[in-house]
Parts: sequence; C-alpha cells; structure tokens
Amino acid sequence: MTWEVITSNLPALLVAVPLFAAFLCPLVGRISPGMRASWVFGAMVLTAAIAYILAFIVYSQGTVIYVFGATTPDLSVPIDSGGIPIRIMFTVDAMSALMEIIAVTVGLGVLLYSLSSDERRSGLENYYTIFLLMIAAVLGMVSTGDLFNFFVFLEISSLASAGLIAYRVEKGVAVEAGLKYLMVSTIAGIFFLFAIGILYGQYNALNMAILAERIQWTPLDKIALVLMVAALATKCGSVPLHFWTPDAYSMAPAAVTAMLVVASQASLYGLFRISFTLYGVALSYVTIGWVIIILGVLSMVVGVTMAIPQKDIKRLMAYHAVSQTGYMLLGVGVGLAVLGDQALLNSYGYTAMEGGIFHIMNHALYKGLLFLTAGAIIYRIGTSDLNRMGGLGHRMKYTMVFFMIGSLAIAGIPPFNGFASKFLIYESVFLFSPVLAIIAMVVSILTLASFVKVFHSVFMGPPLPEHDKVSEVPFPMLAAMGFLAILVIISGLFPQVFIQNLIVPAVHALTNQAGYLGTVLGGA
Amino acid sequence: MFWNLPYIAVVLLTIIGIATILLKKNLIKMFLGVSILTSAVNLFLIVLGYRDSGIAPIYTYAPSELMVLPTPQALCLTSIVIGVATSALMLSFAVVIYRYYGTVNVDEIRELKE
Amino acid sequence: MAVISPLSSGFGLWGPLFWVLAFAIAFIIAFAIWSLGTASYKKGTEQGRPYLSGNPEPEKGAVHIRAGNLYWGYTEGLKGYYDRIVPLHTGIMTDYLLWIFWVTGILLILVVVI
Repeated sequence: MTWEVITSNLPALLVAVPLFAAFLCPLVGRISPGMRASWVFGAMVLTAAIAYILAFIVYSQGTVIYVFGATTPDLSVPIDSGGIPIRIMFTVDAMSALMEIIAVTVGLGVLLYSLSSDERRSGLENYYTIFLLMIAAVLGMVSTGDLFNFFVFLEISSLASAGLIAYRVEKGVAVEAGLKYLMVSTIAGIFFLFAIGILYGQYNALNMAILAERIQWTPLDKIALVLMVAALATKCGSVPLHFWTPDAYSMAPAAVTAMLVVASQASLYGLFRISFTLYGVALSYVTIGWVIIILGVLSMVVGVTMAIPQKDIKRLMAYHAVSQTGYMLLGVGVGLAVLGDQALLNSYGYTAMEGGIFHIMNHALYKGLLFLTAGAIIYRIGTSDLNRMGGLGHRMKYTMVFFMIGSLAIAGIPPFNGFASKFLIYESVFLFSPVLAIIAMVVSILTLASFVKVFHSVFMGPPLPEHDKVSEVPFPMLAAMGFLAILVIISGLFPQVFIQNLIVPAVHALTNQAGYLGTVLGGA
Repeated sequence: MFWNLPYIAVVLLTIIGIATILLKKNLIKMFLGVSILTSAVNLFLIVLGYRDSGIAPIYTYAPSELMVLPTPQALCLTSIVIGVATSALMLSFAVVIYRYYGTVNVDEIRELKE
Repeated sequence: MAVISPLSSGFGLWGPLFWVLAFAIAFIIAFAIWSLGTASYKKGTEQGRPYLSGNPEPEKGAVHIRAGNLYWGYTEGLKGYYDRIVPLHTGIMTDYLLWIFWVTGILLILVVVI
C-alpha cells in the first residue's frame, strides 16, 4: 500500500526531497561534517532514485500528470471549473523525463566530487544547502506544466547559482562574476514575467496546456514570444548574450560549474517547450526557426574562436560550452523551421531534433567530466593559468586519461558520444542548408584544435620543477570523474540504445502538441 | 480606466528603469533601476486584473458580485518576494566588492575581461 | 540485437562497435610489427637524454612551450577578425545588459513588424 502512495506522488517528491534535505542541512551539520556529508549524499541518491523510477514510469506508460491540491493527483480539470485546469500541475512527459535523468545523473557525480574537493573550505553548510536548492530548482524547472511555476523555479535557480558562483571569494573576483550573473539573470527574469503578464491578460490562463489550446498569433502574442525567447536565450548562454558565461563558469568551484551547465540546459529546455508545445504551429515557425538557427550558428563560431586564444583553463572550457550550445540550438532550430511540413519533418526534421537533444545529454556528460578534470588540476596546482602548467601527465595519470576521453568526446571523434550526435546533426542539417553543416564541421575541427592546445600545455612536456610535489587527486574525485567517463564511453559505443529508448520518445513528445493537450485536458 | 493611465505609468516606469540601468555608473543606482523595473512589471500584473467598479475579491460580506481578479495579485506577491531576495543578494555582493575593489563604479569592476 | 545494431540517421549508418573492432585489428597488426624490433635499451646512459646537436640542454621550464604561445600563427593570421571580436568582451556589466536590450529590440522588430 505504501508503494502505491509513493508512486502516485513521485513528481512532488522529486522537488520535495531536495528542498527538505536542503533546509535541514545546517542542523545536521551541527553534529559533525561527516554526518552532513552523508546526509547530503543520501539525499542526492534518494532524489536520483525517484527521478529514475519516475522516468521509467513515464517511458513505459506515457505522460504523468500531478496536480497539487486536488483529491486525486491526476484530476487535472476540476468538475466545477468549466473545463479549465485551475491548479498548478507538474506535467512530466518524455522530454521532461529525459532532462530529469540528465540532471540527477550529473548531479550525483558532481556531489560525490564536491564532497572531497571542497572539504577544507569554510561555510560548507551554506554551500550544500544552496547546492541542494539548485538541484531542486532545476528538477522543478523541467517538470512543471505551468508557466508561472516555471518562472518561479527559474528565479530560484538563478539566485542559488549566483550564490554558489561567488562562494570562493577569490579577492572579490568571484563575487564580481556572481554579480554579473545575477544582474543578467534578473533582467531575463523580468522580461519573462512581462511576457507571462501579457499572455495572462489575453487568455486568462497560466497553465501551458490551456494556453496552447487558446493561443493565436496576435501582435501581443508575438511580443510575448520574443520576450520569452530573448530571456531564455540569455539564460542558456547563446551569442550575443553570452558575455556572462566565461566569467561565471571560470570563477565558480569546479563542481558547481558542471551543475551550472545543467541549469543552462534546463533554460534551453524551457525555450523548446515554449516554441513547440506552448505555441506549436500557431507561430510563424520559419521565422522563429531561422532566428534560433542564426543564434545557434553565431554561438558555435564566436564561442570556439574566442576559446582558442584563452589562457585560463576554465574560461576556455566555458567558451566551448557556449559553442556546444550552438549545436543544440542549430539542431532543434532546423526541426522548428520545418515544423509545419510533415514530409520534411519525417525526412530530416526528426533526425535534426534527435541530434540536438542527444547532444544535450552528451554535452552534460562530457562537459561535466571536463570541468571536473579542470577542477582536479586546479585542486593540485593552485592556479588555473595555463601558462604556468606543464608536464602533469607524469604524475596525474588518471586525470590525464579522463581529460583525453572528455576532449575526444567534445571534438566529435569516434567512437565517443560526441560523434554520434554530431553525425545526426550534420546529416540532417546538410539537407536543410549545406552551408550550416559545413560551418558546423569547421567548428568541430577548431574545437579539437583548442583541446589539443590545452592537453599539450597541461599534460605534455617534461615534468616541471615547480610541480614536483603534485600527486593524484583523492579517490572520491576520481570516482566521480570515472562515473561520468564510463557513461560517456557507454553512450558512445551503444548510441542506438539511447536514441531509440530515450531520445525518440522525447522528440515525439515535443513535437506532438495535440498529444500533450489531450493528456492534460482530456484526462480525468 | 481613465485614458489607460495605469498602462502609461507602466511604460514610463519601464523606460525610467531601463534608462537607470544603462546610463548610471554607480552599482547601487543600477540596483535601484532593477528595483524600478521590477515594480513596473508588478504594476502591470496588478493592472491587468482590474475590472471597472470592481471590489476587493473577498466573499465575506461582499456588497456586490463584481470583483477584481485575485490571480495577478498572487503572482505579484510572489514576484515581490523574489525581488526582495534578489535585492538582498545583489546588495551583499556590492558590499563584498567594495571591500576588495575599493570602488562601486561599474567601469572599474572589470577584472574578468575578454 | 538492438543493443549492438548500428545507429541510423535517415541517410547513413554509424556502427561504433565495428569501428572499435577495426581499430583493434589495426592496433594488433601494428603491435605485431613493432614487437619485431630490437629490444636493447640501456637506461640512464646517453641513450635516454635528448640530443640537441651537441648544444647544452636548457632547463626544463624553458623547453616547454606555454599555452599563450601556441597557435600564434593562427591568431596572427586571423588578426582582422580577432581585433574586432575580442574588444567586444569588455567586462563592463552595462555593456552586457546593452547587448540584451539591443537583441530584444531587433528581434521585436523582426518578428512583430515583419
């Protein structure tokens, strides 16, 4: 009996468990630091288990609806409301389940890493509290089916991330990065709230499904869409709104940076949810599709060309995060641009979207791995300046192997997972417009070039006399990096398993607006 | 409402807020601009719910049945709380930056460039 | 069989397991040829030290090429592009916000008017 109670309340538990653990964390920390470490790790493992069970239920039985405050959790349309879903609900369809799996997998590895890398810092109870809050916010952002609820979780994740970026006050530089991130996020949030106000004023609804049913393409709707697209494009770090990305990613602790990548991808999920499910074919998909494609191409090119002359290891990787976000925008933008045309969708639209969304999963994995290796190097050396490193391959062998796996994956070298998703993107975008595919391939080569630069200057060469006492990093950090590396290798060697079972249902759930409406509005 | 005056107020507040953020160099004045912009959006939300000669949406001892919409008021409350948290965090960042940099001029807080 | 079937985009096949198999076969052939060589190597004698045409070997820190000097030719060659893009990343927060407002404005004109 208890199992049914738990299973029917899973979406609420997904956000409630990290929240509860976060707020009790300072009290548990009073007992001992070891107690706090096991409390935090236990909470993360429990959240991961809840997310995996929920994803399994969604993939086998279809969309799960959870209404807060109703008599039964799937009473989405109350009897006496006249056909309008009036309560806040979590609508977990296949795309949400995929983003949840990505978030908790990376979060699990990252938390294991930060248990050992931030051990000797002060103020740790605040760190773990805000970290769990950030995880709860990201999970809430990708599961919700209500537009204002999305805004609330977006703001929670912005505030939590800004606090975490400024955690190591390295003579004020990290606080400057946190301030820039917070200002940009606040302006983006204000734009988003303005758009919500416009949509509410027109249609008197905040639920995504009922808005999707009622929406037409009036000029006010156009203004609302542009404001939301601009706000979410800022939050996910696409050029020319990417200026906060190198500052924030380079100054945060390494574990937090890997989680920030996941938070940016949750904003990318929001962008796709609004374009595909909220507006659907009501918007002029060619225009908006081309806008997203142009943003993607600019991100790819500017991101990788700014990365090559960088001298700070995490800043370089942050520019690569901008560039890889361009790949995702390109893939899904091509899918959006052919949304109304079923023949073109079947021929290359679905493949492009599969490539883009598979790239989201791959990017979270290999970018997390790369940032964790950069954090390991900084942990031992003490500086993140590439000009002062050299010859570390003699002493940090495991870190070198993990870095090689991560950088081969990001450059799109077979047999790792970067190649599988880039293969899908190249083949389908080439049919849409050959120039874009050629630009994507050149960007891939430049990515490999800049990671060869980092590999040479950090690991190759004779062992330098100033790094004589450097040894390998502690075991929890190696275990976390190994966990992500094994996932990179597995999803590279068996891409068909991941695509058939995880990605294709997500793509079909995203493009199938009628199915989403039917589940939420037509259900009991 | 009289000549859409509240909507004109929203537009004016937005313009003042954006101008303050972009033109002022002092960090604290930029935060005030963000605060003004947040107030503009909150006002926009409240004004959306107004119905002509409507009363407060409370059912007990209600003199008439025509009420203003309560949902935007709930949205605005949430937004005010988020605004409070954001202002608190931004101001504490400003305090720490002043301690290390010695200035709150935006043009000089640029340790992280290109 | 679904586990080891190749990935198919609509237009081609990619089978990573076959790639790994081919790579392993090539590696085994190369390793067999390599192990046919002479295995005499005296550790610690003159054979292990780098030979620089009789010049004295500089100290280790000066031999290693640092990251700022790699790809100098590439950066010099694309100087026209880099001289325009790199100064755009000023580090001043007001410029970041100005970019947000410009892009929103351009998108508004593009989507709403056209």
